Amino acid sequence: MPAPAEYRLVFKHIDEPGYTNDIECYLRHGGYEQLKKAFTMKGPDIVNEVKASGLRGRGGAGFACGVKWGFIDPTKNTKPVYLICNADESEPGTFKDRQIIHKDPHQLIEGMVIACYANNVHLSYIYIRGEFPLGAKILEKAIAEAKAKNFLGKNILGSGYDLEIYVHRGAGAYICGEETGLIESLEGKRPYPRIKPPYFPAVLGLYMCPTIVNNVETLCDVKHIIAMGGANYAKIGKPNNTGTRLIGVSGDVAKPGYYEFEVGSLTLGQLINDVCGGIKNGRKLQAVIPGGSSSKVLRAGEKYKIKEKQADGSMIDKEIGLEDIPMDFDTMAAVGSMSGSGGVIVIDDSRDIVSCLANLSEFYAHESCGQCTPCREGSLWMKKITRRLADGHGRLEDVALLKSVADNIAGRTICAMGEACSWPVQSFVAKFKNEFEAKGRAGKGPAVAATNGH
Amino acid sequence: MSCKNPFNHDITPADAPLLNVQVDGQWVQLPRGLNVVEAAKRVGKFIPHYCYHPKLSISGNCRMCLIEMGTPKMGPDRKPIIGADGKPEIGWIPRPQIGCATMISEGMGIRTDSPMVQDCRKGVMEFLLINHPLDCPICDQAGECKLQEFSVEYGNEDSRFVEQKVHKPKQVDIGERIVLDDERCIMCSRCIRFSREMVNDDVLGFTQRGSHTTLAVHPGKRLDNNYSLNTVDICPVGALTSKDFRFKMRVWFLKETKSICTGCATGCNILIGSRENVVHRLTPRENELVNSEWMCDQGRLGFHYIHAEERLLQPTARVNSTTLPVAWDDAFAQIRDRIKSYKPEQIAIIGSARMTNEELFLLAELRAGLGGNAVLTDVVPRTGEADGILRSADLNPNTAGAKLFQISNDGKNLAAIKDGIESGRIKVLYALHEDPVGDAGLSEFALAKLDLLITQKLLKSHSTDIAHFSLPGASFAEKRGSMINGAGRLQRLNKAIATPGQTMDDFEILLKLRSTITGGNSLHTIEEVFKAVAASIPALSGLSLSKVGDLGVEVAPAAATVTT
Repeated sequence: MPAPAEYRLVFKHIDEPGYTNDIECYLRHGGYEQLKKAFTMKGPDIVNEVKASGLRGRGGAGFACGVKWGFIDPTKNTKPVYLICNADESEPGTFKDRQIIHKDPHQLIEGMVIACYANNVHLSYIYIRGEFPLGAKILEKAIAEAKAKNFLGKNILGSGYDLEIYVHRGAGAYICGEETGLIESLEGKRPYPRIKPPYFPAVLGLYMCPTIVNNVETLCDVKHIIAMGGANYAKIGKPNNTGTRLIGVSGDVAKPGYYEFEVGSLTLGQLINDVCGGIKNGRKLQAVIPGGSSSKVLRAGEKYKIKEKQADGSMIDKEIGLEDIPMDFDTMAAVGSMSGSGGVIVIDDSRDIVSCLANLSEFYAHESCGQCTPCREGSLWMKKITRRLADGHGRLEDVALLKSVADNIAGRTICAMGEACSWPVQSFVAKFKNEFEAKGRAGKGPAVAATNGH
Repeated sequence: MSCKNPFNHDITPADAPLLNVQVDGQWVQLPRGLNVVEAAKRVGKFIPHYCYHPKLSISGNCRMCLIEMGTPKMGPDRKPIIGADGKPEIGWIPRPQIGCATMISEGMGIRTDSPMVQDCRKGVMEFLLINHPLDCPICDQAGECKLQEFSVEYGNEDSRFVEQKVHKPKQVDIGERIVLDDERCIMCSRCIRFSREMVNDDVLGFTQRGSHTTLAVHPGKRLDNNYSLNTVDICPVGALTSKDFRFKMRVWFLKETKSICTGCATGCNILIGSRENVVHRLTPRENELVNSEWMCDQGRLGFHYIHAEERLLQPTARVNSTTLPVAWDDAFAQIRDRIKSYKPEQIAIIGSARMTNEELFLLAELRAGLGGNAVLTDVVPRTGEADGILRSADLNPNTAGAKLFQISNDGKNLAAIKDGIESGRIKVLYALHEDPVGDAGLSEFALAKLDLLITQKLLKSHSTDIAHFSLPGASFAEKRGSMINGAGRLQRLNKAIATPGQTMDDFEILLKLRSTITGGNSLHTIEEVFKAVAASIPALSGLSLSKVGDLGVEVAPAAATVTT
């Protein structure tokens, strides 16, 4: 079956000839009309539309956006409520938000103003990663333009509603994408993620005030939910997996790039073979990391048992292969991985899978913030083991050791970085056991003995 | 409470409602407001932890206190399902939770030692050790190191780590009194939080990230505040060590004696760490009503004079210009023979608010025997600046006692004593634990005019050189007795080491001097003296030294009220 056509909602104007990121262009394309529409609605009604839309967060965890907003009841709050746009797009393999920021920043700003209005927020931040200096400049310019046209600032469009948005640049740390680490960084501190409980952002967020942290794509979706209504938006995609999804494909495919599809409308196989032109250089697929580098790897040829809901509501058991996996939140979870940030990394059979993991482990060891013990010590340890294995200094027992180290991290850390660094290790070692063991058997063992004799 | 902690996770209000909590299968009732670590502690279950400290904010970073918890299973009616035992059924959460940041709630279940918990602890212990230098044989923390203790208790037998360890700065001089070994640091952040929250001196922080995270002082700053050595106490490992104590003594050789600091009127409760009659360190001892778990550096390090070279070790008598050793009994008899020819107006006593109640009481009795109030008496006041944390403006430890026994006249009599000596009206001066020149402000010229100068001190000085009788007394670590702190709390000193040489406990000197001069003695032991003290002072009636206990008793709401 050929792949369905792209469904461009958020990416509607991205790369459209003649489309620029200045406000005049945005207005010519119907920009800020949804904001005007939103101002005719009451805040709680907008929250209800978002709830009805079934929109799930596009940052990685896929948490229902309306539910997140629902944790904050502005009527019961004596503290200000903050909304932060998480533009710290740092997950390896993920490059969707930067397209929006660079090419259609006003779409994000319009979505943010609507989201802020809905939640009675008067001060909002865009936290953008340090490696996006150009993106920060573009956003600054866009904010100034929007302010000049009174889409931001005091008494926006005569509605009586005030909002300021500030851009804050990170200093180059993956952990700042973790929402409480981001909040700490925004407060001017080391981005050590906070313990939850008690520091849930909805209760004790930025400056200990209720705070909403949403991904760039999620906030853009809010604009489209206002445009079409929550119920209509929910018709896109599949139940519980509504809307469109930005997908970034990288790695060994003929046409890597960014695409937008209805959630679950196409399979992983269609994405790789039809949309991306297949594995490049006529090679074969070895593995796919389906949702950013921390999602668990899928191996070519694997079979998965899933339950599929039928039209009459009954469930049937089904066995599917990797290429048959529909690209939606629930099925990706059912096959033991996640759709995460929408970054699909394709690995062909020319790659040394142990080296692939060593590369990922190196990233996580470099990015561990160092606050809590398992991730701080374990991430570097896993890097050292995988690097040794890949470089021919492994031992057979390293394979079991590697798994055991990862098992001692996942679920025991302050933030999800523990899972982010251990899931790749757990899945690579489990699914490519033979490859790892072969490396271990062929290895010469550690070149340098541990210091201190232990 | 004299010490304001930023947090008191271990203390709940007396009226806190009780919650039903299941700890390792047993249902118990515990007050609301406790976290799981403290709740477990109250029922005798120890949950190991590194970063958690009951007096500091909760960081949750070490992950050693991971426990298994559950909440009551709810039925369709949103009410807890009651099991066969009549207690709520618990739905256990499959993911471990940190005990320090988890507050107990009604119907909660806690497992402190389940297989999952044991596995978590093993994992954390291994992680903490892989990059830790195994230099216990040369580490000062050895013997009181949580990494050692928990490694034995909860860790693995063998190391699985064959990589190079991370190397970090060693012997970093971060303050006047503190050395940092970054390789030993386990990044628990207790020292950072203590400096920030308790002392408001936010000079410590982490640099670098991941496994390379390094504790450091901010550029241009030093960890020099007067509470810096508390960071050494709360450091669970040997990362922060005291320059004064490091490499001096293995801690397992130290005998620990419960006593109090005599550095100011706060009277911080302490442990005197000594071995073979040498004091090696003082450390704070928990007393929520006085110093919580802390003490200032000044008080902590202010003990070295005990072992000073200038320490007087035997009683001496001066005849003309020759000073010779004298037997104690001979000294007492000679003093008696010489002092009795003077009228009370010709005698002055400079006592000290550093003396114990027992000593002050005996001194007051001796004064009565010499003529009572006609004998001009006072102590030397010492004041500094209160710091709002522990340090009192009153630098004498027993001003309240000195007032209670009417030895103190707030220093107002010192000028009259000086005048009296200079004018030749006062011929005899008995100065105890204050140097007539260095402390009381008399001139050497004036001292030379005295017919009889008796000093009772620890350290040699010009005054002791020219004294007709020099009676070497005992330091706080060499005696028992009691003092009343600035808040009116009666607390005990205990004897950690023997008096050196021929020196004698001051209460004994005074007891013998009194009986030699005034005759008769029904008191022999410190307990008997205290009993006599208690009988003579209504505020202390019914008390005995043993009843005072390790934590003291409040005998007067404030020092002011004992002023007579």
